[in-house]
Amino acid sequence: LRGLWISSFVRNLEGFGGRQQNDGCRSLSLSGHVGVDSLPDQLVNKSIKQGFCFNILCIGETGIGKSTLIDSLFNTSFDDPVSTHFQPNVRLRAQTYELQESNVRLKLTIVSTVGFGDQIKKEESYQPIVDYIDAQFEAYLQEELKIKRSLHSYHDTRIHVCLYFISPTGHSLKSLDLLTMKSLDSKVNIIPIIGKADSVSKTELQKFKVKLMSELVSNGVQIYQFPTDDETVSEINAIMNGHLPFAVVGSTEEVKVENKMVKARQYPWGIVQVEDENHCDFVKLREMLICTNMEDLREQTHARHYELYRRCRLEEMGFRDTGPENKPVSLQEAYEAKRHEFYIEMQRKEEEMRQVFVQRVKEKEAILKEAEQEIQAKFEHLKRLHQEERLKLEKNRRVLEDEMAMFIKKKAAAELLQTQALVSTPVNFKKDKDRKK
Amino acid sequence: MSELVPEPRQKPAVPMKPMGINANLLGYIGIDTIIEQMRKKTMKTGFDFNIMVVGQSGLGKSTLVNTLFKSQVSRKSSGWNREEKIPKTVEIKAIGHVIEEGGVKMKLTVIDTPGFGDQINNENCWEPIEKYINEQYEKFLKEEVNIARKKRIPDTRVHCCLYFISPTGHSLRPLDLEFMKHLSKVVNIIPVIAKADTMTLEEKTEFKQRVRKELEVNGIEFYPQKEFDEDLEDKTENDKIRESMPFAVVGSDKEYQVNGKRVLGRKTPWGIIEVENLTHCEFALLRDFVIRTHLQDLKEVTHNIHYETYRAKRLNDNGGLPPMTVETEENHESNL
Repeated sequence: LRGLWISSFVRNLEGFGGRQQNDGCRSLSLSGHVGVDSLPDQLVNKSIKQGFCFNILCIGETGIGKSTLIDSLFNTSFDDPVSTHFQPNVRLRAQTYELQESNVRLKLTIVSTVGFGDQIKKEESYQPIVDYIDAQFEAYLQEELKIKRSLHSYHDTRIHVCLYFISPTGHSLKSLDLLTMKSLDSKVNIIPIIGKADSVSKTELQKFKVKLMSELVSNGVQIYQFPTDDETVSEINAIMNGHLPFAVVGSTEEVKVENKMVKARQYPWGIVQVEDENHCDFVKLREMLICTNMEDLREQTHARHYELYRRCRLEEMGFRDTGPENKPVSLQEAYEAKRHEFYIEMQRKEEEMRQVFVQRVKEKEAILKEAEQEIQAKFEHLKRLHQEERLKLEKNRRVLEDEMAMFIKKKAAAELLQTQALVSTPVNFKKDKDRKK
Repeated sequence: MSELVPEPRQKPAVPMKPMGINANLLGYIGIDTIIEQMRKKTMKTGFDFNIMVVGQSGLGKSTLVNTLFKSQVSRKSSGWNREEKIPKTVEIKAIGHVIEEGGVKMKLTVIDTPGFGDQINNENCWEPIEKYINEQYEKFLKEEVNIARKKRIPDTRVHCCLYFISPTGHSLRPLDLEFMKHLSKVVNIIPVIAKADTMTLEEKTEFKQRVRKELEVNGIEFYPQKEFDEDLEDKTENDKIRESMPFAVVGSDKEYQVNGKRVLGRKTPWGIIEVENLTHCEFALLRDFVIRTHLQDLKEVTHNIHYETYRAKRLNDNGGLPPMTVETEENHESNL
């Protein structure tokens, strides 16, 4: 049994068999219409039904025009709140939008840096970005490695392209730029662009571009090259490669120029039109990014950057394709060992929790017992008081009864005296009685 | 092997929050050009398709496949002898071809299964076939598993299995039911009634109805499976197709002159049976279904459903420990 650590490719497009060798395959000549030419349409229809995903990462200093450029590129206002220059560290803000054009649905995710280049100490500036990109790869890898996975309907959050905004100083790259791009070039497709390019004059711009490109080359930064292997686009792509970095101007405001409303920036000395190729490279960027190479960007992300990440990560986790004697190692064993580890860990934590639980129960019992005793004591006390009261009352009653008895005796004695007195004077009494008659 | 220390990755400062805002587009951007980009790419990379034919010998499998792809694709035409002895066990023979039409390249592999159902004792004769199908899944899986893996993993998985039913006119044979019961869970099965020119129209409809009923009673889901219909549109379209399956087909690689046209057909004393004539047989329906409308879907169902089922089973089976999926472990990790 061989090892099984699964990963897969989710694309409809991939896995179409080795083109390289036609081992034992004969080329057939068809004697009629078969219908094989409808295959690309079938594939395309399925893809349309599923919809597409595209994720753009914008890196640049605060205020360099990231949000405005994105708004201009996609002809809409994505409503990004303006951020301050006082962020303590670099963060990333991601927002997803659903766009539709004719029958194509696109799930567009724009990730922007917040606070990039604002700190006093910038050594850690690029780390949150690298972490974010890695986290997206990691999420995809985890999904791939699951036993029950649903790659088919997975919302791909991996960054397909990184637009790196260079400040239009006119001189050269900043050291932060170099550092950041160097740490990202093996993880994502980088397209460097010059932001707010209307502050650089035409002659300066040419020199600036040359300087930038030579700096990138001499520092070994791998930026994205528009592919030149397909004849239909190779020519235009090659030309565009020569125009890098694109000098862009973004604007969402419209200005009237020759009876048309165009996206532009109005200055006292003139109007910079965003979509005029003489004014800036905005149209070129849009052309390259969306109309010509969107699919290639997605494929490069998946086939090159993601595969590299996956390979490194799996090796990090201790998996190998071949063991020490160059024999294919059973990944299954590694996997099982890891599961075993997790299982033991889980047992241990369960035991811990159980102990804690028992402890708590004991404590609670002790408290309750104490309370019970307290109540008991109170009860006893009250009972005693009650007893005392009762005794007192008893005593009072007896006293009262004694008094009553005495009184009755006195009364009897008094009555006796009275009757005796009556008997001793009977005649007078009779005479009186007769007289009355 | 090195020590396995699963080091948890730091979560980024700002996690992804997808807010689905329907942003209104105020002008043309060019998003729909991605379709063209995709189309160009697929034309460059080409397509793979692996089709298996299963049925007793003499049912016209080879002829039908030749007719489907309008060329000599079958094993029999690739240099095999028609007088060859029927093998003693089921053999699996795969032959690859490259078809190009309209700038689209397709690598077609036809997998033949001589010996199926031809022995006296046909018990478990589907087993070599099931084994072959699973072997292809295994091969794919292994390639996927590699740390350094190929850019395009060669796809030899069986996308479609045409099962030939004998036109007895009565009902399905026990062998047919057994085969389809076992294999409908691992591969897309399309049942076809072979040599349909031996039945009249009424016999055909009755037979088809009976076959469909029998399949339903036995819980056999043939392609397009009801459970994989994605939405109402799919369902209505597929319902129509399911109602007319199994297709009653006639194959032929000979051409005859009919009404001034050259057509593929079979010549009999009582007339010429035109293969592509819908009133004569349902070959054209089968061809359109398999090649012109559902080929991509056949591949997707194989990849997304049958292959994933195989993979999940394989992963689960391979733990010697109490069955825990990787997911539960991860959940536990985060809870504790």
